[in-house]
Amino acid sequence: MMEQYSEKVMDHFRNPRNVGEIENTDGVGKVGNPVCGDIMELQIKVKDGVIVDARFKTFGCGAAIATSSMVTELIRNKTIDEASKISNRAVAEALGGLPPIKMHCSVLAEEALTKAIEDYHKKRDGSL
Amino acid sequence: MTRLPVNANGLLDPSDAKRAITDRTILISIMHGNNEIGTMQPIAEIGAIARERGITFHTDAVQTFGRVPLTVNGLNVDLLSASAHKIYGPKGVGFLYIRKGTRIQPFMHGGDQEGGRRASTHNVPGIVGMGKAVELAMRDVDAEAVRLTAMRDRMIQGILGNIEHSQLNGHPSLRLPNNINVSIKYVEGESLLLSLDMEGVACSTGSACTSSSLEASHVLMAIGLPHETAHGSLRFTLGRQTREEDIEYVIGILPGIARRLRAMSPLYKNKNQATA
Ligand code: FES
Repeated sequence: MMEQYSEKVMDHFRNPRNVGEIENTDGVGKVGNPVCGDIMELQIKVKDGVIVDARFKTFGCGAAIATSSMVTELIRNKTIDEASKISNRAVAEALGGLPPIKMHCSVLAEEALTKAIEDYHKKRDGSL
Repeated sequence: MTRLPVNANGLLDPSDAKRAITDRTILISIMHGNNEIGTMQPIAEIGAIARERGITFHTDAVQTFGRVPLTVNGLNVDLLSASAHKIYGPKGVGFLYIRKGTRIQPFMHGGDQEGGRRASTHNVPGIVGMGKAVELAMRDVDAEAVRLTAMRDRMIQGILGNIEHSQLNGHPSLRLPNNINVSIKYVEGESLLLSLDMEGVACSTGSACTSSSLEASHVLMAIGLPHETAHGSLRFTLGRQTREEDIEYVIGILPGIARRLRAMSPLYKNKNQATA
């Protein structure tokens, strides 16, 4: 499998960015992968409609960890609107591609992001 | 065909085999040593049952022949199959031992090679290579089994002792001398595999993420492991080239790898909260 991963994937696997949790997070997206049973949790901190911090925890394969890491990088300093348009393909592309069998792992990252944004909207509307 | 169940150690109960026999049973076939979890079945006992009932008994000894001392009489088998490449011989050649008086149906027809039992031209270089491999394996089998067993047990103890929430899969003592299969809970096997690979260690995992079907190992499922535990399984195989330093090296680096991946795992966090 290692030979099938791009340099970028291995880099993000080796040194994942933004691992962890955020205190007083503004949105949480927790998803499980129905295909192989893996789990990702994404948390975001939002200020004036901009994602100022993003953190993840992932139980999964190298591709799952790398896409989690990449998604946190991609959404940082983006507006909620911009972030909500990021697709799993964009994440995979940013990593220099994924082996075909590993594309579903990037779907996990997209779903976690969607859920975190949903949760953010819900929390905000609730507190208004 | 009746399939027999195994217990949590992957072990078959000979009384289950006895109970499963009907008057239509013509063959019992049991794997001697399991390649994934290492468990070795009570072949001699089952063989005795088969003999008593006059049923032909076969064992797949691919994992054990040349690795643990064995004899066909000691195992009470009529048929025993083994493979050359598992004992450092050439790939693509193996053998079937057939006890005198055991009749088999040829599965390849069209030629009268091997007394009509298997059609097709002999693979002479393969056969010669296998002969030499068997000769070498037999010369060293006793000492090598002792050497590997000691390293295996050291490694199991070193891993379980240094990593909390880890467990051995397969039987602790009725086990292939060269097989270590452990689960590091709350982490996924492929990420363990990649991390070990980066440190120069090759092993395998039963994780769903590494299989082309994205399903966890059926062997680990058969012994009742929960998905998460099967996910974090690692199999190390020792061999002729393995030295004690190699064992100590793995024992040394694995806890750090587990810690790093657990720090990333949402399951591990929940686990700590649950016990806090
Ligand atoms: S998370 Fe299981 S294959 Fe990627």
